[in-house]
Amino acid sequence: MVATVQCLLMFLLALNLSLFNLYFERKGSALIQDRVGANRANVFGFGKRLGLPNLGIMNTTIADPLKLFTKEDFVPEGADAMLHGLAPFLALFPVMVAFVAIPFGDTVTIGGTVYNLQAASLNAGVLYILATLGLGVYGVALAGWSSNNRWALLGGIRATAQMISYELAMGLAIISVVMAFGTLDLQEMCRRQGELWFGWIPRWGIFLQPLAFVIFLVAGIAESKRVPFDLPEAESELILGYFTEYSGGKQVVFMLTDLMEIVLIAMLVTTFFFGGWQIPFLMHDGFHFPGGHFLALPSLLVSILGVVAFLVKVIFLCLLQNVVRWTLPRFRYDQLMRLGWKVLTPLGLINIVITACAVVAVGRPG
Amino acid sequence: MPLWLFAFLASLALISALGVILQRNPIHSLLALIMTLLVIGVLFIGEGAATVGFLQIIVYAGAIMVLFLFVIWLLNLQSQNLDPGRVALKFFAGIGSAGLAAILFALLIHSATTVKPIPVTAEYGSIDTLAETLFSDYLIAFEVTSILLLAAVVGSIALARRIPGSGLKAASAAEGRPEGDSKLVSGATR
Repeated sequence: MVATVQCLLMFLLALNLSLFNLYFERKGSALIQDRVGANRANVFGFGKRLGLPNLGIMNTTIADPLKLFTKEDFVPEGADAMLHGLAPFLALFPVMVAFVAIPFGDTVTIGGTVYNLQAASLNAGVLYILATLGLGVYGVALAGWSSNNRWALLGGIRATAQMISYELAMGLAIISVVMAFGTLDLQEMCRRQGELWFGWIPRWGIFLQPLAFVIFLVAGIAESKRVPFDLPEAESELILGYFTEYSGGKQVVFMLTDLMEIVLIAMLVTTFFFGGWQIPFLMHDGFHFPGGHFLALPSLLVSILGVVAFLVKVIFLCLLQNVVRWTLPRFRYDQLMRLGWKVLTPLGLINIVITACAVVAVGRPG
Repeated sequence: MPLWLFAFLASLALISALGVILQRNPIHSLLALIMTLLVIGVLFIGEGAATVGFLQIIVYAGAIMVLFLFVIWLLNLQSQNLDPGRVALKFFAGIGSAGLAAILFALLIHSATTVKPIPVTAEYGSIDTLAETLFSDYLIAFEVTSILLLAAVVGSIALARRIPGSGLKAASAAEGRPEGDSKLVSGATR
């Protein structure tokens, strides 16, 4: 029962954060590119007359999906109708289920019962994440193949090649993090990031594994097929790539997959490298500042602060990915492959060797 | 895992396994195969071997099947009516598969009646016990397998690489014949 509620909570959180991403994609990109952006948004046109502020958020988060859902659901001639209909959901499903393994807070005690703020406390949470990430390829690949369109097929092949190439780099980065913390349990990994170095540096993954952080973030952005890695849907070459032949509701599903992938990458980076729900110096009973100062807090407030910290970090990383998207130009395809196979993968391997030597030489932290 | 769940998953695995061989479109067969491997992974997880189950999904359903997809795309396999084959061959193939099925069935009956179930420890199926078994009891077999895989990778690269200067692939150079596309070029210039 509790797990069901937590699953639902996590799912709604991911959906809401992807709506936030959608909004940022419209208005934030305009901010970065010095445009006005979506500016015809009002509830039935009344807002302006009554002197209300321009409700840009209404435009993007409600009008956009509504518009797409009312469009014709088109299946091209000669397409494999079953797979064409199935592909968007094959893409969305693995991303959606991955969220349950991510801890969004420490344990919270309400009325004598201890709740673990993680929908599914898996011993092998890291493996679960890798498994779901690996299954995301099929939706994209089959969308490209089943459309009976050469642009779509090219986009599908590019997407598949890109995703399996960067999955390798991503896996190597995760392995070095797992070696550093010595656990596959994501909640346990967050707990171990709560300790301090020299009494004042929090032992977060980004300080322990800076190289792995860079590799993971780059591979993560590539995995979600965003600019500068949006070769599979490069408009100037492939129209829209693997979802050229999609319209209406199925198009929404693909858009939602992309937006949710950003949230997933942000949550994973938070969990692996930014201590998850940890706030520096905050222990179970309150803040222990380095100078010996102590600020006592009730345990419920500490738990709530942890959830808030998790959300703040996730939103920051979502913003970071969006800013990267609207700042950098697209790579060439050979540059993309070279970066994946000749830079990130060897760097990941080197990082694993260094981490292994360090773990043997000085032992695991904590 | 409750019995009804096991029965549901097992029948799902069997149905999708049948889907692999009964469908004409290779991509549909591949999807059915992915489904089979996925369900087997879930069965492993349900029986307590979570690590093996997740590795099954990562390696087989997630990685190897993508390669199958690429092979089907690159060979441009289409759904086609296969050669019906010869009656005699079919006859022997039928006898062979019936024999195989009989052996499997006999083994199943034998193991169900004679092999006693062993109570599992608390750490059963965890990555710790798996790693301990793999890197202590079966270390040599494990390392030999990885060297074998490495040799296969090196071998395939050696066969596919181009010999500098000649424009030939190593495999075609060894057979002393020019490659297909170089023949096309010479035909066009003539």
